[in-house]
Amino acid sequence: MQVTKTFKRIIFLELAIPVALLTIGIYHGLMQTIYRAGVLKETSFAKLDYYQGLTLHGVINALVLTTFFAVAFGHVTLTFYFKKEPNKKLMWLSFIMMLSGTLMAAWAMFAGKASVLYTFYPPLKAHPLFYLGATLLIAGSWIPFFNWAVMYTRWKKENAETKTPLAVLGTLINFTIWFVCTLAVAYETLVLLIPWSMGWTAGVNVNLARTLFWFFGHALVYFWLLPAYIMFYTILPKVAGGKLYSDLAGRIALFLFLVFSIPVGVHHQYSDPTIQQGVKFFHGLLTYGVSIPSFITAFTIAASLEYAGRKRGGKGWFGWMKKLPFFDENRFLFAYFIGGLILFIFGGVTGIVNASYSLNNVVHNTAWLPGHFHMTVAGPVFLSIVGMSLYLYSKMSGKRIFMPKLTTIIPYLWVIGMLIFSFGMSWGGLRGEPRRTNLGITYLNPDSELFRADWVPTTTMAMLGGIIMFIAGMFFILVFFGTMLRKRSAEPVLTIPVSEAYHDEKRVPLFDRFKPWIVAMVIIILISYVPALMNVNENSGPNAPRFDIDNPTPIEQPAAK
Amino acid sequence: MKMDKIEKRIIISSLSLMGLFVFSLLYAKSKYNSDVPECIPFDKAYTEPKINQLDEKTYQVFSVASMWQFQPSEIYIPVGSEVDFYLTSKDVVHGFNISDKNINMMAVYGAINKTSVKFDKPGVYDIVCHEYCGVGHQNMRAQVIVNYPRSK
Repeated sequence: MQVTKTFKRIIFLELAIPVALLTIGIYHGLMQTIYRAGVLKETSFAKLDYYQGLTLHGVINALVLTTFFAVAFGHVTLTFYFKKEPNKKLMWLSFIMMLSGTLMAAWAMFAGKASVLYTFYPPLKAHPLFYLGATLLIAGSWIPFFNWAVMYTRWKKENAETKTPLAVLGTLINFTIWFVCTLAVAYETLVLLIPWSMGWTAGVNVNLARTLFWFFGHALVYFWLLPAYIMFYTILPKVAGGKLYSDLAGRIALFLFLVFSIPVGVHHQYSDPTIQQGVKFFHGLLTYGVSIPSFITAFTIAASLEYAGRKRGGKGWFGWMKKLPFFDENRFLFAYFIGGLILFIFGGVTGIVNASYSLNNVVHNTAWLPGHFHMTVAGPVFLSIVGMSLYLYSKMSGKRIFMPKLTTIIPYLWVIGMLIFSFGMSWGGLRGEPRRTNLGITYLNPDSELFRADWVPTTTMAMLGGIIMFIAGMFFILVFFGTMLRKRSAEPVLTIPVSEAYHDEKRVPLFDRFKPWIVAMVIIILISYVPALMNVNENSGPNAPRFDIDNPTPIEQPAAK
Repeated sequence: MKMDKIEKRIIISSLSLMGLFVFSLLYAKSKYNSDVPECIPFDKAYTEPKINQLDEKTYQVFSVASMWQFQPSEIYIPVGSEVDFYLTSKDVVHGFNISDKNINMMAVYGAINKTSVKFDKPGVYDIVCHEYCGVGHQNMRAQVIVNYPRSK
């Protein structure tokens, strides 16, 4: 379909800005593996400190890229399926809020005033503009959600008996989860952290801040993941040359995510004080609950791919796999999706290990954790985001892809690098290698008395993988901006591949309504989080003053109280 | 609502797989007595670093994490000791990981964490801080020395 110039301009900005920032994000990813392997035995390189780089890596890759893309992809999805563009003023407002938030946080990070990592646990204090920037980025992403909700309600009034398109349903579910979970982190930054970092309040309850952060933090991973899931359900089967195995399975999975994404956050706090074992265990069980929609998805997607492979002439148990369009330049999205799915098999399995209560004692906060989540957020999430960004840009600008063969090879290169990296990290984690640590100075330095020879092979592997991924990442940046520099050669259109359903079930009203599911979500959140917050309240001692990253003495409070 | 045969089978096997996970989890919890850290209310008594010997092979360690050290930094105990670790932080969040014994706790200001462990084998066990705690994070390590040297 044709779209207005303004719409295109906003979408291009929302896609291209995070891809440009990725150069910084990916560079710092590579640098960390080099420090950690002990090749660099310094606190900083090129005037950027290890922990400053780690903060940039996490914030840019996991918060900025994902949020910008989710908003742009939501705009595109609703516009495409409803044949109607969202309100332009609101689109601009949201974009400007997200951009200014990003710039504020970027300034604080580059100035070295916010080396607190992307989890920003107090009482390490960051510059207030870091917290404010993060909040603006999030609040900016709420605006389109309200706009889409209005568009959906209007559409539903006219089409009461039509199934809501799966992609639209997924987008709205994703942003409902996002809105609810970000309320907690907005409370954390606005009420607890900003006044405290300014010195207006004397202390902060660290346990409460951590619990609020993880109320948000685990749902955050589904906010990253659901755009990829939407693509797997509604785009991948078409690109593979087949059909979506079951449309209803997709709806069930999405609604289960709505219910179970948030009330599981305490499984990130198994090792924390102040929360009772029973509450932790309950959150662990609910975390198993949230793996059910992922199982459903795995089955449905595999069945859809098998259908496509057989339709293309594949025979036998595994023969259909060979017929899929792995290196087809005209369907390059397939390579990005399948690459992500391969990584996600390992990402999912390692995730279940983390959720498994006492098993978490083995891996908590070790290198195993980044080993795990790089196979999710830097696997299916990252690959489908960059693949789709390139696809949308190319179609909406009418420009042909720059270096199309390389474009199909990039995701496989990334997968190889990631598997090597994550194997090294997971192995190291099982040997007690800590995450978020500049290992090169001590543990990987033979001259230090802290030297650990058993972490040499693990960190070396991670570095090897990191180098391969860096190369793949830079190739992608080359392809993306190379495409941008090309001349227009086709009519610019907004188009997304649409998968038909193989089992296109009749409309089941329960799976086409939000209300009952939102009610269930709120009830389960209350059941799981009221006890957790009561625990925190009962068992916490004094509030903590502010600390700088380089000084064990607290920052003095201003004299006036 | 008619369901595809294969679809039904897959849903049933996914659910049974989840059931198996839950069963193994509960089994491991009771058989190996493994659990996540305990929750105890804040008490100022735990904020002073200390090693209490309760009887011949039972110890209490009040471990206090701060930028960038654990106190006590060396803990000497005999083989077969049962140790209750109580952990807190004087400043930012720290981690407390004895990888070889699967001891894994967070040290948080204004909170007390607790876990128990038995050291059956002699050796030197590293306590590694595994949460970023500022510029000196990578230097933050303590040790449990089991049965060596006997003095101290």
